[in-house]
Amino acid sequence: MSQLLRLRRTLKFPRALGLTLISIVLGFFVGAIVLLVAGYNPLEAYGIMIFGVFGLPRYISYTIIIAAPLILTGLSVTFAFRTGLFNIGAEGQFIAGSIAAVIVGHFVRLPIILHVPLVFVSAMVAGALWGSISGFLKARYGVHEVISTIMLNWLALYMNNYLIKLPFLHRVGTEASQKIQDTARIDILGVWKTSPEGREWRMENPFWGDILRSEINLGILFALIAAMVVWYIINRTTLGYELRAVGYNQDAANYGGIPVKKSMTVSMAIAGALAGAAGGIQIMGVTQEITVLAAMEGNGFDGIAVSLIGANTPIGVVLSGFLFGALRYGGTKIQPALGAPRELINIVMGTIVYFIAMPNLFTLLQERYFSWKKKRLDISLPKEAGGESKNV
Amino acid sequence: MNRFKKVALMMGMLLAVMALGFAGGGSQAATPAAEGTVSIAMVTDVGGINDQSFNQSAWEGLQRAQSELGVKVSYVESNQSADYPRNLETLVDSNNDLIWGIGFLMGDVLLAEAQNNPTQKYAIIDVAYADTPSNLIGVVFREQEPSFLVGYIAGKMTESNKVGFVGGVKFALIEKFEYGFRAGVASANPDAEVYVQYAESFTDAAAGKAIATQFYQQGADIVFHAAGGVGDGVIEAAREQGRWAIGVDRDQNDLAPENVLTSAMKRVDNAMFNVAKELAAGRFAGGTTVEYGLAEGGVGIAPSSNKHVPADILAEVQQIENRITTGALQVPFDMATFEAFMAAQ
Repeated sequence: MSQLLRLRRTLKFPRALGLTLISIVLGFFVGAIVLLVAGYNPLEAYGIMIFGVFGLPRYISYTIIIAAPLILTGLSVTFAFRTGLFNIGAEGQFIAGSIAAVIVGHFVRLPIILHVPLVFVSAMVAGALWGSISGFLKARYGVHEVISTIMLNWLALYMNNYLIKLPFLHRVGTEASQKIQDTARIDILGVWKTSPEGREWRMENPFWGDILRSEINLGILFALIAAMVVWYIINRTTLGYELRAVGYNQDAANYGGIPVKKSMTVSMAIAGALAGAAGGIQIMGVTQEITVLAAMEGNGFDGIAVSLIGANTPIGVVLSGFLFGALRYGGTKIQPALGAPRELINIVMGTIVYFIAMPNLFTLLQERYFSWKKKRLDISLPKEAGGESKNV
Repeated sequence: MNRFKKVALMMGMLLAVMALGFAGGGSQAATPAAEGTVSIAMVTDVGGINDQSFNQSAWEGLQRAQSELGVKVSYVESNQSADYPRNLETLVDSNNDLIWGIGFLMGDVLLAEAQNNPTQKYAIIDVAYADTPSNLIGVVFREQEPSFLVGYIAGKMTESNKVGFVGGVKFALIEKFEYGFRAGVASANPDAEVYVQYAESFTDAAAGKAIATQFYQQGADIVFHAAGGVGDGVIEAAREQGRWAIGVDRDQNDLAPENVLTSAMKRVDNAMFNVAKELAAGRFAGGTTVEYGLAEGGVGIAPSSNKHVPADILAEVQQIENRITTGALQVPFDMATFEAFMAAQ
């Protein structure tokens, strides 16, 4: 109960929450004005979008499928952010994870009970390695992680395109890699549902058949478990305490005997592992292959927005991941139904996201401003280590 | 407590927003097609609808079908390859008579969708299936033919004997442009050197500009691109440097009237329009692959070519076009056929 009191005392949550809710409404409202000015009925547009997200079990399933990797990349950005690093590189770590998932998923033969965890761990390790490069460069040579992660994004993209072209991985006649083995797939009944019997069954059972038309998969479970683990690491472990201390004030952390350089590398490695995991579940659950990338897909970049909207807290990231998944999926429904140009829809979506992100941006700026108080507080009162001083 | 309150409030808020919007007419989402009207929709690939290239050309074809045939048309854009099945299904749900997939990137996905929804009609650009289901039409183009023609023009008109080719991403489809172009240059001017570089992108105009600028600095005076949005940068570079660029897919002379020499046109719009016209008349050639080349009027050089290309060269191009149409000249489309072509020269 004392925790609760302390929470109350800070008075931060009701305010932050209120701001978030107001800004969601405000975002939809300003989006509505844009639609109105362009001559479309905003209620109709939002109606289409919401029907497109909740109208059928399959739509909800799609929203969850899209949300799962966004939650993981959001967690990646959140984790780095909480330790004072800005991970723009979730995009590249995602790609690194998906490459590893495809290679291990295709070439290793194991029973499903071992294969799925192995592929998942490989994706995490690949993402962690990719992420830790930035952490190491920052710790050792002072290279700013924003620069190095952006560069590593492009390296990952080109590596992806290069590897697909190599004979060992290229699926002849396509612009994609080999597909992973069936034992590495986590989509529910994925193999059976495209078989002739599966097709017939789906015709006969419209409700379940309809849900099975989406790539419904176990990725969301991985994402939710990861959110809990991240929360635990940040708030309940010595490692998390050390990493946060480095995030607040490097010098103070150093003075307190925390290995600052090692912490940076470790932090980026964990952030990378999370983004790599996102790539892994995308491969195992949805695509089963990597394709030649003509442009960044945005999984990692959207993670930045998801993290920001979620106020850089694991539970916030889970919620904003779902919100983002819904916007991303529902948004595509508006154009064909309403006939509004794509640019307009993007402006509306962008407006909504912008408004949702704003109060948190504001809160973050405020935190930066008054951060010296908190730093002193955290270092002088170690009992706060596992506390709730700034977490949900 | 507060944590739960936050969750609960957020959920409540979402529900409220949802209910508000839903009351506004969500039921219309499912039935946009009016009774008796043919409705056609398309899914773009990751290039997007305004790629100044084949997605845009496809949409122009549908828009023409809308204005001339009264067909109802719409599109959905894809941001990543995982979007293809979702977007195709979105269009199934909105009751379209025909659904187009634009680009071979969604070849596998579209085939699976067509098998899953046997009563829905589909068509796809740039894919020829080995075994096409009866509810699906594949449409392919012989891109090497117009590429050969513009290559011939480039070979004749280059003063430095150096020309360039900027590709999007190196796959078989884009290689048809590359080898057609190189064969065209070689047959017009055996001494000319062709610089080739791939941008590994169809959207990064800055990369296109950087590559083209580098080509021009190395002495090239004409650069051909087959790179979607990357080509905007190529044309931009040509305008800044006062050199020639050759456009692709549609007549790109409008992007830089003084610097776009000609364009290798791939009439995706014509193909889309033709299929729409057939469909409006109640016909659908499902289960087949339609191939468009010079002979079928599906590809060609841009009408604006006569602005900058001398008449005598255009006359030669016309002769070559006739030889290709009659089958007397087989244009190479990949490395093997290109090497055979060069060996025969």
